[in-house]
Amino acid sequence: MFHDMDAIVVEKLGKQFGKISAVQDVSFTVHEGELFGFLGPNGAGKTTTINILCTLLRPTSGQARINGFDVMQQRSQVRRSIGLVFQGPTLDEYLTGFENLRFHAYAYSIPAPERDERMRELLQLVELWDRRNDRVRTYSGGMRRRLELARGLLTRPRVLFLDEPTLGLDPQTRRRIWEYILEMRRREGMAVFLTTHYLDEAEHCDRVGIIDHGSIVELDTPDRLKDLIGGDIVSLRVEDEERALMELRGRFGLEPAVFDNTIQFNVPHADQFLPEFIREFSLPLQAVSLRRPTLEDVFLKLTGHAIRDEASADSIPTPARRL
Amino acid sequence: MSEVFTGFWVVGYREFLRLLRERARLASAFVTPLLLLVIFGAGFNRIVAPLDGQVDLVQFMFPGIVCMSVLMTALFSGLSVVWDREVGFLKVVLVAPLSRVGIALGKTAAGSGVGLFQGLLLMILAPFIGLSIGLIALVTLLPLLFVLAVTLSAIGIFVGSQMRSQQAFHGVVEILIVPMVFFSGVFFPVDKVPTWLGILAKLNPLTYGVDAIRQVILNARYSASFESTLSAKGGVDLGVTVFGHRMSVWEDALVVSIFGLIVLVMAARSFNRQGT
Repeated sequence: MFHDMDAIVVEKLGKQFGKISAVQDVSFTVHEGELFGFLGPNGAGKTTTINILCTLLRPTSGQARINGFDVMQQRSQVRRSIGLVFQGPTLDEYLTGFENLRFHAYAYSIPAPERDERMRELLQLVELWDRRNDRVRTYSGGMRRRLELARGLLTRPRVLFLDEPTLGLDPQTRRRIWEYILEMRRREGMAVFLTTHYLDEAEHCDRVGIIDHGSIVELDTPDRLKDLIGGDIVSLRVEDEERALMELRGRFGLEPAVFDNTIQFNVPHADQFLPEFIREFSLPLQAVSLRRPTLEDVFLKLTGHAIRDEASADSIPTPARRL
Repeated sequence: MSEVFTGFWVVGYREFLRLLRERARLASAFVTPLLLLVIFGAGFNRIVAPLDGQVDLVQFMFPGIVCMSVLMTALFSGLSVVWDREVGFLKVVLVAPLSRVGIALGKTAAGSGVGLFQGLLLMILAPFIGLSIGLIALVTLLPLLFVLAVTLSAIGIFVGSQMRSQQAFHGVVEILIVPMVFFSGVFFPVDKVPTWLGILAKLNPLTYGVDAIRQVILNARYSASFESTLSAKGGVDLGVTVFGHRMSVWEDALVVSIFGLIVLVMAARSFNRQGT
């Protein structure tokens, strides 16, 4: 009866905090083994969604099932079948890395022989085996994140939640964390539910849900989301913008827009379109550029604002704060 | 049921590990009662004249001081919940398949363990103030102190589960400590006081703890000669009377246990409702 079961099924989920609705009418499905991402700015409702799915918060409406278990009615089974890496730090700094993992193994009642083998395997994978007997307070931000990743996988969860897994880490560390995430997924084949406001991270996902103000705006594979833009993005600089716009609309049937003295338009297969366009265009061109659309363009088009508007401060990766 | 047990021992075990790691906490577990020992043993006794030939004020207050020491440690053990919330570890505990009752029990066990240890350590003081505590009395005291420590620790854990910051926790606990200590019979008997104060005292679990422990430590002298001496002076009954009934040791213990059970359930429910 459980064949072809989906990892996460969410139907019309809603969460109100007083008068503020953090999540409204959210529905989506994550398939077994899928890497699924929620992309949205801070405060879009990503963490609230995770907290509901991992049983820390009760939804005010709708329902959700994880591995077939209801997050309201079968909380214990849900808890047993998931792994989590929370957004903020969640380690006991007074214990060693090894003790943090062992606490987790005890809490989930992993049998002793399996426990030791699994802890060794994961600590070696995240390259913390040599540091296992050091207290966590001596670990760097990146090491802590790696330990949390290892802990999240300790119980062989069928769904792993990663809430902004690289927030506050420097670019090199971020890249390494991603290598571990992808390696773990290759080995274990679990479904991953990821939230992020980093566009490059969303690119790793099989499917991405774009979330803004508590609702899913669009949900598809990164490639198909980019197709929403309607082809590649061409930018032009010309002396006389007015005439250029008229010509683009009239002669070429395009829908150009102007951003900071640059004319932009979308056109499919721009690499083939451009040589001919440059020959035909009557006005002198100062600059021409062509690029593939990014998820940033998709986000901007769908929500009308850039993803970094509200998050400009922490969108620049900064080293983890250490005390 | 196994989730209750797992929650209890996993959470308790971690608290124990941390206690051993944090030298300041470990030291204070020893030093606080030793400090009281020195103050009372060496200093206090000399400046207070004996009430009569058999029991003096220090002897009367001694059981109360023991309870006060347990109270401080047990209540402040709730700080560990606030701390866990601040460093994010509480989320990991709450999202694990552990019973909320088990989590509350584990936290309570840690706080009450230290409190019980301190209470027992203070018994060393007894001979120095002219009290002899026999083996039977000591064996009787053990469950009494245990029940009291668990109940007070459960109160601390409950308050901790409700507070979002360490400052808020300290504020609330300090507000609790003053009335709990003064309206409990540590320093003066709780019968024959203004009605409002008497009611407050009888809602205070510490009152019953102090009464039970005092009855055991002062045994015969408590009810007989000591009281007759005081009665002659002003007619004060030192024991606790509820609805005209004079509480016995085990009735006191029962009241403390019921109180503790209620607070434990409240703490578990509070953990159950935790968001983040």
